[in-house]
Order: sequence, then C-alpha cells, then structure tokens
Amino acid sequence: MTPSGPALVDVAGVEKRFGTTRALRGVGLSLRSGQCLGLVGRNGAGKSTLVSILSGLSEPDAGTVRFDGQPAPRVGDIDGWQMWIATVFQHSMIVPDLSVAENVFLGNTPRLVSWHQMRRRTRDIMREWGLRIAPETPCRDLSVEQLQVVEIVRALVRGARCVILDEPTAALERQAAQRLFERVRQLTASGVGVLYISHHLEEVFEICQDVVVLRDGEVVATAPTASLRRDDLVALMVGDVGQATSARAAAPAGAARPVPGGPASGGPGPGGPGPGGPGPGGPAEQAPAREAGAGPAARAEVVLAVDGLVSDAARGRLSGVSLRVHAGEVVGVTGLLSAGVATLGRAVAGAEDYAAGQVRLHGRRIPPGRRDVAQRAGIGYVPEDRRAEGFVARLGVAENATMTITSQLSDRFGVLRPGHRAAAAAPLTSRLSLVSSGPGQPAGELSGGNQQKITVARTLAHHPSLIVAITPTRGVDVAAKELLLGSLADVASSSEAGVLLCSDELSDLEICDRVIVLVRGEVFTEFTRPPFDRDELIVATEGLTGTTISAAFGGTEYGSAEEAAE
Amino acid sequence: MSSNQTPDGPVRTAVRPGGPGTAPPAGGGNIGAWLRSVNVGVLREVALLPVLVLLIVVGTVVSPAFFTVSNFAGIGQQSSALGVVVVGESLILLIGGMDLSLESTFGLAPMVAAWLIVPVAAYGNGADLSPYLGILVLLAVGAAVGLVNGLLIVKGRLNGFIVTLGMTIVLAGLQNGIVKAQSLFNLPGPFSYLGAASIGQVPVSLIVAVIIFILVGLFLRYHRTGRAIYAVGGNPAAARAAGIKVERVKIGVYVAGSILAAIGGLMESGRVSAVTGQQGYQEGIIFSVFAAAVIGGVSLKGGRGNMIGAASGVILLGIVQDILDLAQVSNYWIEAIDGAVILFALFLARVVGGESTAEEG
Repeated sequence: MTPSGPALVDVAGVEKRFGTTRALRGVGLSLRSGQCLGLVGRNGAGKSTLVSILSGLSEPDAGTVRFDGQPAPRVGDIDGWQMWIATVFQHSMIVPDLSVAENVFLGNTPRLVSWHQMRRRTRDIMREWGLRIAPETPCRDLSVEQLQVVEIVRALVRGARCVILDEPTAALERQAAQRLFERVRQLTASGVGVLYISHHLEEVFEICQDVVVLRDGEVVATAPTASLRRDDLVALMVGDVGQATSARAAAPAGAARPVPGGPASGGPGPGGPGPGGPGPGGPAEQAPAREAGAGPAARAEVVLAVDGLVSDAARGRLSGVSLRVHAGEVVGVTGLLSAGVATLGRAVAGAEDYAAGQVRLHGRRIPPGRRDVAQRAGIGYVPEDRRAEGFVARLGVAENATMTITSQLSDRFGVLRPGHRAAAAAPLTSRLSLVSSGPGQPAGELSGGNQQKITVARTLAHHPSLIVAITPTRGVDVAAKELLLGSLADVASSSEAGVLLCSDELSDLEICDRVIVLVRGEVFTEFTRPPFDRDELIVATEGLTGTTISAAFGGTEYGSAEEAAE
Repeated sequence: MSSNQTPDGPVRTAVRPGGPGTAPPAGGGNIGAWLRSVNVGVLREVALLPVLVLLIVVGTVVSPAFFTVSNFAGIGQQSSALGVVVVGESLILLIGGMDLSLESTFGLAPMVAAWLIVPVAAYGNGADLSPYLGILVLLAVGAAVGLVNGLLIVKGRLNGFIVTLGMTIVLAGLQNGIVKAQSLFNLPGPFSYLGAASIGQVPVSLIVAVIIFILVGLFLRYHRTGRAIYAVGGNPAAARAAGIKVERVKIGVYVAGSILAAIGGLMESGRVSAVTGQQGYQEGIIFSVFAAAVIGGVSLKGGRGNMIGAASGVILLGIVQDILDLAQVSNYWIEAIDGAVILFALFLARVVGGESTAEEG
C-alpha cells in the first residue's frame, strides 16, 4: 500500500452504459509494477466490461485509463494498447493451424518475415521460462496449459508490462494451475503487473496481494487479501447480508464451507479437510437431502445402469466403466481432465458415441450417440461447455428454457404459442432466480451464470428421471453455484430422479451421496460416505492409494481412501 | 430505424443481483415484456420499407407507366417464381446450410414433367402423362434432388457448397440432355395455369407466392419444427443437446427447399409458356435468390432471418428490375447495371437495416 511514482495502470471514474444498464459506475483501480491484483465479482458485476475497456476493445463513456501516468492510446489502436497491457482471455486467442512461433508473433510480425529469427526468439523466451515447447510445433498439438503459456509469451514479446489473466485456471488441472501460479509469481517478481480474475476465491488468496471487488458495476472494496477472510469476500460480492443468507439457505451445501486450493495451499483460509462444517443455515436443509439419497439408496430402484463402457474419445478415453445410480441419489464422478469424466457423462447422455458397453435407464437400453432418444427416454443433460451446447444465443430465454418440451407445449398441429411458452418457462426461471429483461431476451445477452441457469432450466423442464450434469458450475459465481447445485440436489430428493454429476470441481461434489473417482478411464475408487474429505479426493484422482499418499503428503496419515474403496 | 431500441423498464432488473428472493415477474409482466420484444422485432423486419418507398418514388419519376396497376401486376408475376425459390433458399440458409442447386432444380423439375406430358412431336418422350400427374412428377423431382443433397451433406458430412455446386451442374446437364437442348412448348393448360393465369388483374402465381410466404412465415414463427429450424441454425450442438433431431430437421429442410424451387420452376414455365434449356442454371438466377435473401436480412451463417425480410428482398429486386426495363437501359449493359444495383442494394440494406442485416465477422 505504498505506491511510489505513477501506477502502471490507473483507472479512474470509469463509466459504461449498455442501453439502460449501467455496467460500470465510477470504477477506479490501480495496479503497480510487480503487483498481483485480484478482481472478483459475481457474474454480471462488470468484470468482462472492465476487461474489455482495459484491453482497448471498448471505450468508456466517462473516466480515464492511464498507463504509467500517460493517457491510454485511443480505442482500436490495438498495437498501442498491447505495448502496455495484454489480456489472456478465457477463450483461447490462438490460431490452431499456425506454429508456436507464428502465434507468439501473431499481429506483430515485421513486413519481411525472418523465420529463423522468429523461431530463435521464441525458443529463447521459452527457455527462459523453463518450457520445452518447440517453436515449430503446430498449436493444435498443444495442451490447454501450453496454449496459455504461448499467450503469455506473446504478451511478453510485445513488451507488455501488465498482463490480465481472465479465469486462467478454468480449463487447467490442479497441478497445471499450481504451475501457472508459479509463473504468475515469476512474472510479478520481474516487475510485471498482473490483474487476476477468478471465481475461485482461494486462488485469489493464494497469489494476489490485493483484491478489488466489483458489485453491480461498482467497486465495493479494495483491500489487501491478508486482511480478509473468504466469508468477507463472499459477503462483499453478494451484497447485503440478507441476500447472502438466503442464497446459502437455498442450497444444501454450505457457502461458508472452505473450498481450498491444492494441497500446497498456503492461503489464510482453513485449507484443511472440512468434514461436516456446513454453512450457516445449512444443516436443516442439508439433512433431508442427504437422507433421501443415502438412506433408501441401497434399496431404491436402479435408475441408471452403465456396464463396461469403452470409448476412444480424444478428450478422455474410457476402458470399461460400470456404475449404478439409484432413484433419489446424487452420484458424483470426478478425476483429472484426461481421466474420462466428461466422456462418461457425454456417453451416458447420448451426446457422444462409444465403442462398447451398455447404458440402461430403468432397464431400457439407450442406443449410443442418440441424444434425442436418450432425452425422450428421460435423460436430462447439462453439457460441459454451455456456450457450445447449452443454449441458442439468438433465441429468447423462454424459448431456450423450453426447447426440450416443444412437443408437450404445442397443440396437435405442432403450433407453439409464444405466450404458452413464456408461461411454461416462468416457473423454471423463477425457481432458478434467472434474471433477464423478459422471456424474449436473447440468451446470448445474459451473463454466464444466467446462461448456465437457462441450460439447467432446459434440463429440469422435461422432468428427467436421470440428470447428467457435467461441470455445471464452471465459470459461475458463488451464489449462482449454490443455487444450481441446490436445484440438482432438490430434484433428486423430491422427484426420485437420479443425478450423475461429472465434475473436476471438488466443491460440486458436496451435494453427492457417493463419489466415483476415475483414473485413466477406469473406476479407481469410490467414496460412499459423505462428507468427503477433500484431500483424500485429490489424492485419489491422482491415482494414489494409502501407502503412496503418506509419502506424497509428508507423512500425514491418509488411510481412508483404501478403506472407502470397494 | 429504431431497431436498437430496447424496452425501458425491465432491463433495470438485469443489474439487480439475482438472489432467490428476486424472482422475475411472472404472468402478466412477462407477457407485456414479450409483446414489447415482438414490437422491436417487427420494426427490425420492415427495415427495408424506406428503401422500397424510395425506389417507388424513383420509378414514378423515371416512367409514367411505373405507378400503374398493370405494371405492379407484372412485377408481381415476374417476382413470384423467384420469390418461391427465395423461400426455399431462406429455409436452407436458416439451418446454416446453402443450396446452389436450387437454380437447376428450378429448370430440371418442370423440364422432366413437361417431357413426360407433351407429345413426341413436341420433343416429349411419348408417355403422354396427364398434366396433373406431371405436376406430381415435378414435386417428386424436387423432393428427390433435395433428399440426395440432404443425405450427402448431413449423413455424408460433405461440404454443402461443393455438393450443391456439383449437383447444379449435374442437374443442368440432365435438363439439356433429356431433350437434347430443345425447348418444350405447347404446355397443357393445367400445367401452365399457375404461372400464366390471372384472377382479375391479379396473377395466380402472385397469390400463390404470397400464400407460401405467409404460411412459411407462420410456420417458422409458431410451429415447433419452425422453431427447431432456428435452433438448429443458431447452434446445432445446443439443439442436439436439447433433444432436437438435428439431422432430420436439416434433411427435411433441404427437401422442402428443393420442392419450393420446383414449384418456382413451374410458375416460370407457365409464365413464359415453355420450358427452355436456359431456365434456371443458364439464367443464373441463384445470384438473385441469394441477393434477395441477404438483402432481406437472412443470415448466410444460419439461425437468423424471416419471411417478411425475404419478401421485401424479393420485392426490392423486382422493382429494381422493372425500373431498369422501363428506363430502357440498353440490353448490352443491363446485366452489369443489374449486378451493380444489387450490390448497392446489399450495401443500402446493411446501412438501413442496421444489425439485422449485418454478418458478424
């Protein structure tokens, strides 16, 4: 808190309106050289708008942006901006068909291209960063983590002294995320300023010295992370206390439950395993949900039977996975990115073909790769990537939310009345607290959290007897996350439906009655007694058992992974 | 004009954090908001209206013969065949596809039908089919072409551009091949009725075309399959995840598009009382078809557009053509001017129509 000289980036009084919505109201923040500044806020708080202004992609209606005391270049002068600041967006800005070197120098190539020099400089920088990516490699062969590195290197090549990381860990495995944190520390140590945007508050505590909280387009707090607890931060993001409490009460999983980072987390939050410890207002709601699942589950009817599922899918192979989901049960499936968790979900939902095995719903066989048949049979599907599969951007909220039930809503000639549709969508959208300007508002205009609510509404609409949800809370803010998970748990407890929750987000698994851990496409172990120990889950996803665990965690006793295994 | 206008009140709720307590208004409020969004949509759809008015003023100035009932009837008759093909192409564009071969179907379908109808002396094949059966054959040819296109593109996962380009040439070759490049005249009355007859001053083809536009427009807006077309074109993966039979919708639309092209061809043959080897492919009508659709705001990327826009695109092209005829532009130059005017109209539609005709990069 002792700024010397002008800040690297100084934002003052920035205003931005979209129509009648004030996306940003008098926003101010400053980023010093060598500082890692966290930017947090719920979906729709104005983070994306601020990032696009800071990246020189859109112009503020009022206010100033200064770099090192000088006024920022005019909007649209991308070259000018990138001399100062570079943004690594959530969605990769890499051209997959070009090589690493070409992507690093993309838009920055001299008139006459010297391939030799381009490669040499790329190689030098990579070496400096301790990375071994050959400059000739086509980018389509790189992992998500490597692509991110290429984007960061691109920023550095342009001489940017400030880097914005927008949800950088969204697609990274835990270890890759740890390596990213290391890189961020390396960047700040070399004097680069980093603006770090994340929904994962524990990451903010881990690597950011200070944090700025946005709410409804306003900066509601700027403080050193060391002076805050996680609960304080959540309260700041959510707003008035009453609302925060009701948001918590809506979900069976407690909001205040610590969601620590990896095992190496040195954050101030209680990073240890958090068995029990549900949030305020949690216990009462939590108990019935759990009992409905765990109690009768042993005797309840088998809703889903998966036998010997084999898949060669590129995103993660499966080699003979079998599992059961009973009525009223929430079964979690977790594992590393390549373990086949998403593949399993997609195969069960009929969204993807598979090589061998069987999926049966209430004993009835579901043909592979037939999403339409699976849905009619009663399998609901919340896809992994909502932008790709979750909604049709140009169609209205109501139409998207009722897309799965058009045949029920239309008359015998197939005529579908928009009023009818809006009426059918209303209870769903209000149940999920979906905020929009009306049923006709195009889904593409909504914030990420509300878009995910549309996807869930669409799934709940057809009253499935099994819901397959893949990473349903990715990129969704704290309150929306609890609401979404709460609605899934609610369906299981109230309607005898089964839920298959495929997620690498460990906090999602808190609503589960059982958790199955996949390692390299096989069922590695199963946790049958909630609450689940976070560290045990992490260890299991790495494919480690009791004996190896103690070595990995410096002698701590971890025996229950084996004990819990079947 | 005011296409970017947004309803005032409800937007404010969007900035409110969505706690469980703040449920969106139900019932009446929702319907009200829905009505407002429809109004905005309608304004967007008639964005070409000022351009049409301007053209009518220009036409009236250019020639005294322009602003007459008989001239408008003529424009209607000339445009209706094109219009029906534009309906077909718009449907295919809406699902995110494209079909260049509609122009050949436009020629081949009536050619096959007429070939089976007219006597050997008039280059028929001697089947002497009843003209009513002939119309069924015409529809069947359209359906068959659409089915082959649809299967190749959807099931065979081939690129729609190259498949339909190839198909265009095959069909045009068949059109010339079966009658050895002859034209078929003396079409029986029932066969040419649709294109030639009038009720009072109003051409039957215009009435039928208007009915087709209205029916397809209502279908797209209020039928579940029509809505599925928008979903499939807007985001096929999301449509699939929502349980829509994406492949079936797509193939169905290719079939429907080709049938509409065949009907357009029937109108054209009736209008000129012959099926020529030139009809369709060699006239190069596909450019006008695409131009009308795009001027009318149908996106080449799928999922966006409607029949009001498509119809205004057709009318605009029809009026432009008519003004050029009335202005007695030299035959040698008419194509160049026609093309230039279409390009200008595209630009104008983009400027006037705002977002509704923009193609995002």
